Amino acid sequence: MSNKTDDHAEPNYWMVWLALAILTAVELLVARAPGPKSFVVFSLCALALAKAALVALYFMHLKFEKYALILIVMSPLLLSAIMYIGLVPDAITHLHWLPH
Amino acid sequence: MAHAVTMNEVERYENQLTPGWGKLMMWVFLCSDAMSFAGLLAAYGAVRLGSSNWPVPSEKLDVPLTALNTFILICSSVTMVKALSAIRHGDRKGFLGWLAATMTGGASFLGIQAYEWTHLIHEGMTIQGNPWGVSTLFGATFFILTGFHGCHVLSGVIYLFCIFVRGAQGAYGDENYSPVEIAGLYWHFVDLIWILVFTFVYLIS
Repeated sequence: MSNKTDDHAEPNYWMVWLALAILTAVELLVARAPGPKSFVVFSLCALALAKAALVALYFMHLKFEKYALILIVMSPLLLSAIMYIGLVPDAITHLHWLPH
Repeated sequence: MAHAVTMNEVERYENQLTPGWGKLMMWVFLCSDAMSFAGLLAAYGAVRLGSSNWPVPSEKLDVPLTALNTFILICSSVTMVKALSAIRHGDRKGFLGWLAATMTGGASFLGIQAYEWTHLIHEGMTIQGNPWGVSTLFGATFFILTGFHGCHVLSGVIYLFCIFVRGAQGAYGDENYSPVEIAGLYWHFVDLIWILVFTFVYLIS
């Protein structure tokens, strides 16, 4: 079985690895950083999502896939977002750790 | 009036979607698996936000050791793409070497996680409670999330070992590397999920 349908320029995997390593180090620094807790939590979430996107786009080659497949793969993200939004009203009532 | 679908029509729609059904099916599986983890992480977030005595994770869990484990898993993702790249170029020896490195990374991750679990269990943290007087759900969510992910890593190492054995038998080459690519998708997914678990369970205080 041939796989010659996915011929694309190979990404620089070592650069992606370096970016992931640096982002992990930044995460560790941010987690210990003083400052508003909500800002730290938001930054950590953003860094984690950036790392996850790098893995999906370059290591899983999603950046080079066909548009229809990308839409299929994105569907869990949409469903997850709906699930998390559904939990927000309950979560807000329990945000005891935020300053009131 | 309905008409019989010809093979050409099937292939036309298949080609619009993906180079092969195997790859598409792996993506479909990964989508459903992603929803499993999304559900677990959502439950973790809801439980944690609803708890008034959730501990600071970095005070109970070994964050530096787990950061090292995260780095090992990231490295194993690079070795996996290098293995795929090698076999795409017909370099079977390089493919086997990079794949062996990937399996070693996965096995190391599991070893470090087993050490962490053993240490925590000896301290008295179990799925039912802990000796620190903090939320009992701290242990339950920790062991379920990291355990579910650990099962994925273990499955991945076994999966890669099967690919390695087949590769050593000469089953793959520059014209036939689809099973390697599909196994790689699974392995990178395991890495991707750990990136999220590490942040939410270990880093966010």
